[in-house]
Order: sequence, then structure tokens, then C-alpha cells
Amino acid sequence: MTRPPADGFFRERFGVDETGLARVLDGALERKVDYADLYFEYATQDAVALEEGIVKSGDRHVDQGVGVRVQADARQGYAHTDEISLESLRLATATARAIAAQTSQGGRAALPRRGGSGRDLYPVAGAPTDVPVARKVDLLERIDVYARRRDPRVAQVMASCVSEDRHVLVVGSDGTFAADLRPLVRLNVQVVAQSPDGSRREIGYQGMGGRYELERLLAPEAWQPLVDEAVRIATLNLDARPCPAGSMTVVLGPGWPGILLHEAIGHGLEGDFNRKGTSAFSGRLGERVAAPGVTVIDDGTLPARRGSLNVDDEGTPTRRTVLIENGVLRGYLQDRLNARLMGMAPTGNGRRESYAHLPLPRMTNTFMLAGSDDPQEIVRSVDRGIYAVSFGGGQVDITSGKFVFSANEAYRIEGGRLGAPLKGATLIGNGPDVLQRVTRIGGDLALDHGVGTCGKDGQSVPVGVGLPTLRIEELTVGGTEG
Amino acid sequence: MSADRERDAVRRALERARAAGADAADALLAESDSLEARVRGDEIDFVVQAREHTLGLRALVRGRAGMRSAVTSTNDLSDAAVDRLAGETVALARATAEDPAAGLPEGGFAPPDDDGRALGLAAPEDRHVSVEARIEDARAAEAAARAVDPRIANSEGSQAASERRRVVYGNSAGFLGSYESASHSLFCEPLARENGAMQRDYWMTVARRLDALEPPAEVGRRAASRALRRLGARRVPTCEVPVLFDPLTAPSLLSQLAGCLSGYAVYRKTTFLAGQMGEAIASPLLQVIDDGRRPGGLGTRPFDGEGLPTRRNVLVERGRLVSWLLDSYSARKLGLASTGSAARSAGSAPGVAPSNLWLEPGEKSLEAIIADTPRGLLVTELIGMGFNPVTGDYSRGAAGLWIEGGEIAYPVEEITIAGNLGRMLRDVDAVGSDLIWLSRVASPSLRIASMTVAGS
Repeated sequence: MTRPPADGFFRERFGVDETGLARVLDGALERKVDYADLYFEYATQDAVALEEGIVKSGDRHVDQGVGVRVQADARQGYAHTDEISLESLRLATATARAIAAQTSQGGRAALPRRGGSGRDLYPVAGAPTDVPVARKVDLLERIDVYARRRDPRVAQVMASCVSEDRHVLVVGSDGTFAADLRPLVRLNVQVVAQSPDGSRREIGYQGMGGRYELERLLAPEAWQPLVDEAVRIATLNLDARPCPAGSMTVVLGPGWPGILLHEAIGHGLEGDFNRKGTSAFSGRLGERVAAPGVTVIDDGTLPARRGSLNVDDEGTPTRRTVLIENGVLRGYLQDRLNARLMGMAPTGNGRRESYAHLPLPRMTNTFMLAGSDDPQEIVRSVDRGIYAVSFGGGQVDITSGKFVFSANEAYRIEGGRLGAPLKGATLIGNGPDVLQRVTRIGGDLALDHGVGTCGKDGQSVPVGVGLPTLRIEELTVGGTEG
Repeated sequence: MSADRERDAVRRALERARAAGADAADALLAESDSLEARVRGDEIDFVVQAREHTLGLRALVRGRAGMRSAVTSTNDLSDAAVDRLAGETVALARATAEDPAAGLPEGGFAPPDDDGRALGLAAPEDRHVSVEARIEDARAAEAAARAVDPRIANSEGSQAASERRRVVYGNSAGFLGSYESASHSLFCEPLARENGAMQRDYWMTVARRLDALEPPAEVGRRAASRALRRLGARRVPTCEVPVLFDPLTAPSLLSQLAGCLSGYAVYRKTTFLAGQMGEAIASPLLQVIDDGRRPGGLGTRPFDGEGLPTRRNVLVERGRLVSWLLDSYSARKLGLASTGSAARSAGSAPGVAPSNLWLEPGEKSLEAIIADTPRGLLVTELIGMGFNPVTGDYSRGAAGLWIEGGEIAYPVEEITIAGNLGRMLRDVDAVGSDLIWLSRVASPSLRIASMTVAGS
């Protein structure tokens, strides 16, 4: 069973019909413009959070609005309002078109054509926000009891369950008419462990989520391994030693360490930076930027993934884009504006946090294809270095190419064997050459558990990453031990 | 919406929540009018204009062992939507657990007629800011940056933004207050290029009054000189040296400290400072203050997110920890009184945040501190989030300038700095005189006696 199609939602709820919307866009075309579009959004989010053994509060938020965008050459005018009506749209259009100075002969927007991708990557029977809150409360209470029974050193458990359901509709002056209905769920578990003598406290975090039924999170076989991991990391770190400092061989575990690709490569390949020539990757299509065997993909079409979309926030169907093929730079991530200005095709990567933001070229799910090396053998191949398996956030300076990502579970490798756990440390490298120093690629590609959020220009969007086990020579590790 | 209609909407939400069964409630309505323009080279990049309003409601339902609570928000302010919201909020609250510490403040609310006008939150003459004028500001910054040097030939652009906000807050204990505020900013981010390598940097100005902004040409020039001085950056070998932070990077240390002083982190014991009230936690050179009434401050407001009067709180006095940052909930958990530090947006429950937080400046200029450093690193940019508040462990990516013989020698990049915030605070051995407000948290330059720099 699936839900009713997304495209009638705004017409039924706000009385904005297709012909009326085309006439609003005509208002934009009274000036000399290249393109104009409307973006409607109605989002419901709820969350319950537990600490000290009880769910202290519940949240529920409804956010609705519409944005009118006008493009003329490289200029964009944008006006948004939380009032969804044809009248407020006409006012917003008059504001947005002010960036186009010259009047035109006037034009008529193409009448909307049912568009979109014709697929549903995330069918659910009902909105996750409609699942009774009592069931979410019950889940968190079970998690608390389970975590405390796992290990007597567990001193504090914080857990939250977040659900979202987002209706979007894009109507463009070229006839684009694409609706999407996007569920998103997430479960977060954070555990504070305390050493028996009370001298050390450490935190462990695990989360999971995606665009799927909330039921999946409620199943013990889903959340118990998650809690086990949070407890394991928190207690492990009670014994962590100071991390070494300096340049050394680093082995990255599979999955979430794919954040390396997101920071080192992904942002630098976004169309806006490359159109402006501000990225360390600008003008380098066709050049070798990674070791042979390295292939990096951005794919917005993976079913039920957190970073996936049926259509992007400009109505373009998402797709699989090869960024690096066998070490050679092949493609950029494009939204409509930058694709047009660069004479390229949009890649379905035009994304925005909400109706209150302009779209930007953004990643979806970014990962490296598997190689053929045995992961255990990769660790054994290292004489001296570190093995990092879990990471917090990262960041990049796309112009200099310098990027960081922070390990929160790592081990020393000595003589091919894993040693003591290490305290968290930031790793820093240079995007355009870090992948040239990849010497081993495991056969164990894994995607993350669905917790990634990417920030750019103050806008947050959900993303995914993935990586096989990887050996990289000479990465700078920001520990404290000389 | 008019101010009267907003007050009516808040009153209506409170009445409906009570009618639906709430024993206590509070509501916040935030309305904003904003514009933002970016110019790149001599072309407009974008212009964005918006008007938004959001109503947030918290309902509390009394049980035997304490209050149950829920927070909701909507930007549909029709009477029907507000009525529905009130019912949903109470129903949601009933699904949560009883919490003995939950509730509104016991009293001591701000004078309801304090609308903040005396605090310099907005200038009447800035009421109608023109988009064109702000576009011109961005153009002027952009042009000035590119005129500095031929090596500045590209940029991410210069961005001007102006916003007016009105906040109405009311609760079932009888408090109803409102205030208006404004903020204006200008940000410039040029690129310098030489021998095929590129570097970016930025400078900015932000204030509650347009006439308090730094002149656009000055913003452009400072941004350009910051980008230019990074050209030719290299790595340095791994070492332990004194590390200096400039007024752009030093505030991040204060923000991390503020997070560790939040009452929530204290009762959860997720801060390395738990249990250290009254103790020497930092160098005697450090005096840290949070003042919600600093005239014209970016975090200034007449009352906090629970209607309590804002005030000046000394947090660290000559290195000694003297106050946490508390709202009424975290205060109750710790058996203390609120410090008037409740932060509240329409879409969230009250929490704790600094208002205007700063480190008191010292006597020496940054140049004098550099001259007094035989060998070390001046950090001008930090990237990444490598800070663990539970342990204080600190490790972040950095770029900056290498100091040799008391002078700037060359730019450095692709390095990390690491230590422990507790140790770093104790090891501060110089505080500059150059306090500058670029956000709600500000700090002059400072020097930490020794940190690990990881590089080649």
C-alpha cells in the first residue's frame, strides 16, 4: 500500500491550481529572464527525546511556505513567504523579478507538464509523523533500560527519535511540474560511560535513519545493535590513549569514514564553485586526481537512503553521476543555474534546506566503489600507522583544497597489528592529492547508517556517504603525542 | 502582522492551551523581515527578500510527580490553526513523562513594559532599508577588495544582509512582553591567486545599526589583505610551540567554554568542568563575562526566553569559575537560580545560550604579543569540529602565520593544533587589547603557552 500521489496536495490544501501558477510565472516573464520557478513546501516534523531515564518532552513542528525565483544570466532574485496563496505569490514574483532590469515583450510560461521521475524511491504506507507518539516514547524507554543493562559503566543515556514528512512541488516557466513526498526518520543514541573509579567519562554515539517506515526503527533487531555500538564506543574510549601527531599511514574502515570523500572531493566538484573558478578542482576535468582503481560516485537514486531524492529541489530527476573514474576526474555536480552557465546538463543535485533558501549544487549519496583487497590484509600491510573506523564531522576549504575530518574511534597499528584505542583526533589533508596516495582498496564497500547532514552557505541537507576499507599514505593526524 | 495582532495571537494560544487542559503554558511569536544581496565582481549574484513569522507553544500538564510538557510550532497563524495547535500540544504533552523539574519560572519576570528601546536594539532611521543601498555596500566592498592587488582577481562574493525582528513572548503566569531588534551585516570573501595556487579569506562587519557598520571599502581591503597573506602557505614539521589566536579564531574557544558552562551539560555531567565551581579553571588573566544588556549587543534583549530579565553574569573571574549559564530548568536541576540565560526560538523548547559573551581585553596589541613570541603559530582560521566537551580534548585543523624571532615569517596550512581545553585555558599567558564584535561571542587575541602542532 502506498500513499496518494504527491501532486494534488497543494491544489487541494491551498487552492493553487496549475493554470493559476502558470499565470503567476507569466508575471516573472514580463522582464527579460532566463527562467523562473515556484517551490512549495509543507513539512511536518516531530521528535521525542529521552534523558535520565524519561522522555521529558515531545516536539511537533509544521512549516509551510513558498519561494519564487527568477534567473537572468547569472543573477537570481528570490522572494519567499509563509503565506501560500496566489495573491502572495504575485507579490513575491514582483519582488523576485527586480533583478532582471530590462523589460521583455512579455512571455507566457509553458503550461505545467506532469514531470518528475516516475518512480518512488521511498514508498511508505503512512507518514512517519502519523505514528502515535506513545510508540516512539516506548522505544526510547526500552533503549534506556537495555543500554544500562549492557554495561554497569553506562552513566547516562540520551536518545531521540525524529520523524519528518515533507511535501514539495516545483513549478517552472518551462513547464516543469514535479511533486515529491519525502519521509525521513532517524534514531540517535548517545551513551556516557564512567570508569569504575569515577576518574574518566567518555561519550559514545550511534545513529541510524533513512527515508523509510518508522516501523523499521521500532524493531529490536534494528535498535539493539545500535545501542550496543554506542555502549561499546563509550566504554572503549575510557581506555583510549593520546593519539600520535604527525604525518603517517592511515587505514580507514568501511562505511561512515566515506565522509573523507564528501569533504576532500565532493564539495570541490560542486558546479557553483567550478563555474566561478574558486575550487581547487576548477578546470581539471579529464585530469588524474586519484590513484588508479579509485572510482567515486554520487547517486541520488538509491532506494530509501537518507541522501536520496526522486527529484531534486528544482524538479530534476536525480541520477548516478560518476565524479572520478579509475582515478580521472569525470564530472561535476550541477543544479540548473550552474549547468546552464557552464553549458552542461543538470545532474539532479539542485538542493535546498527549505523554501526559505535558494537551491545550490549539493551532494546526495557519495561513495567509492569497492576494490579487491582483503580488509584484514590491508591492516596487516601497515607497519606503523593508525586505523580509524568511526568519525564525527568534517569540513573543507574548497579553494585551498584543505579538508579535515575527526576520528572518534581509532587504534594504533604497529607491525600490522591493531594496538590500543586512541583518543579522538582530527585528520587533515589536501583534497586534490589525498586520493592519489590511496594504495589499497578493500572489497568491502559499505554505506553509512543514515545520519549524515551536510552544511553549505548556512543550509543543512541530509546526505549519505560510503567507502570500502582504504589505505592512504601520509595523512596528517592531529594528536598530541610527538 | 501588527504588534497588537501578534500579542493577540500569543494570548489566544495561551488561552486555548489552558482550555485544552494545560496547567501552564508559554508562547513565543517571532516575526522577521529580511533582505540579503550578494555581488560578485561587478555583477549581482542574488537578491533574497522574505517575511516570515512562527508561533511556538509549550504546554505543561501537572501530574503527581511533576509536569509533563510538549513544544510545538507552526507558521500558519490563522485562528483555526492556532486552536488546533493548542489541542495537539496538550495531547503530545500527555504522552511524555512527569518531570519534577519542569515548569515556568516561579516569578521574578521582567517589567512587561521594557521593550528594549533603551538597549539600542534597532535604530528608527533604519526602518526602511533599501535593497539598492545594501547592494551598493556589497559592490563597494567587492570593488575595494579587487583594487588592493592584481592577485585578487576572483571571489566568492560580497554579501550584505539586513533583518528586522519582532519577538512577543507570553506565559500563563501573566507575563507578556515584546521587543524589536535589527541586525545589519556585510561580508566579503575574496580569492588571491599566485603561481597556480589559490587562497581565500574573509572579513566582515555586523551591527544593530547601519551607521555602526565598518565602511564597505575597509571591509574589502581587510578581506583582501587576509587572503593575500596566505599565498605561498606551507606545512611545518610536527612540534610543540606557543599558539596565538586572532580575534576571528579566539571566539571559538569561548563558545566551546560556554557550551561547557551550560547548566544542561553540568547536570548531565557532559562537561569536563562539572564539579569545578569556585575553582581556578583558567589563567588568572582570564575574565569572562556574559551580558544580555550590553548596549547595541548582537545578543542583547530585555528579557530571556522565559520572560526573566536579562543581566550581566561574570562567569570566570581572574581564572576562577564563578557562574554557570542557567535557565530555570537547569537551575532547578542544580538547586540554583536562573542566570537569565534562557534561549528560545519559536521552534524549540527553552535551552541555555550565551547572550553577549566576551573575554575582557588586556593591555598588549597583537603585534606586541607576536614580538614577544620567539617561535610559534598565529592561528587565523580553524576548520572542523574536533572538540569533546566531556573530556575537553581538542584537535582542529588550522591555517595561519608562522612566527620566528618575534616576527611573522611565512603562512602555514594543512596543520592541526591539539591539546585539552582545560589545560589550554590554564596555559593562556597573554591576552590582547583588540576585542572586536563579529558575533555574539567575542574575544581579543590570546596566546596559549604550548600546544601540539601536527604537520609534515
